[in-house]
Amino acid sequence: MSEEKSLAARLLKGFAMFWWDFLVGDTPELFIAVVGVLAVIAGIRGAGHNSVAVVVLPVLVILALTLSVRRSVAQAKKK
Amino acid sequence: MFATTVSSGVVVLVGAVFLACAVEMVEALTIVFAVGHTRGWRSAFEGVVAAIVVLAALVAAFGPALVHIPLSTLRLIVGSVLLIFGMQWLRKAILRSSGFKAKHDEDAIYLETVAELKAAGQPVGRDRIAFVMAFKGVFLEGLEVVITVLTLGTSAHRLGLAATTAAVALVLVAIVGAIVAKQLSAVPENAMKMSVGILLVSYGTFWVGEGLKVSWPGNDGFLVFFVGLYTLVTWSLALVAKSAHNSTKTGVKA
Repeated sequence: MSEEKSLAARLLKGFAMFWWDFLVGDTPELFIAVVGVLAVIAGIRGAGHNSVAVVVLPVLVILALTLSVRRSVAQAKKK
Repeated sequence: MFATTVSSGVVVLVGAVFLACAVEMVEALTIVFAVGHTRGWRSAFEGVVAAIVVLAALVAAFGPALVHIPLSTLRLIVGSVLLIFGMQWLRKAILRSSGFKAKHDEDAIYLETVAELKAAGQPVGRDRIAFVMAFKGVFLEGLEVVITVLTLGTSAHRLGLAATTAAVALVLVAIVGAIVAKQLSAVPENAMKMSVGILLVSYGTFWVGEGLKVSWPGNDGFLVFFVGLYTLVTWSLALVAKSAHNSTKTGVKA
């Protein structure tokens, strides 16, 4: 029974670790940025501004990517 | 008009799935070739088959479940995952093209794997190490293929097309790999990864918007605009990063 439990726990841990590495990994800023983008666009849509959302969504994505690349370049320069 | 908008979405879907699967297959093949050449093909082949069986079981378990999720919820979740995943790929590709990160070198990975396998000594009886190495290589790279096909396919309501495209990509890379019988180091992997990143971020943006009830002008046709926009942004970021890398090198020399 305990062996079964430990196998299940290990599988669950492995599954959680896979998704953590897959979504967060060494770029937590991208994960946080996407959560932020969702919140902002949900707010804009909630207020009924579709055309604003059409413009703001890709702009926020570009901003997130730019900041992440900038962060990585700064880290690489320090090494 | 309808035919045009549908086909632009399909083209982006097929391109994203094909390139993503081809890149993952190249990485998996490198490991399998290293295992096969160093420790024999039997265990390598067994590892590959076992990994494919487990991946197929995962598809059978999760594929039908995804179809039952409401489309707007599915697109919001999938869009978010694709945005994160696509930006991770783009970030790495930009750093590699600018010189801040070493390029993915299949030759080096092949030699590293061969050295690791040789250091493990000769097998007694069944070659467990070769089996595990081939299994891990195919399973981990294959898992990314499965996620890409399932998420893109179900959200676009074109799972059959996504699966067929993936199969064509896998077979094509396998045939090319078998013919050249080496680790496919000539494949322009970074350029392919950059293209996949652009396509994933385009789909991610589009579906996050759809999931949040944003109406895109021109519907599916707007995807093409995103592809163009993100290509331009990626190209600009790569240029800026490259010039930063060059100035760093010049600074060090001076």
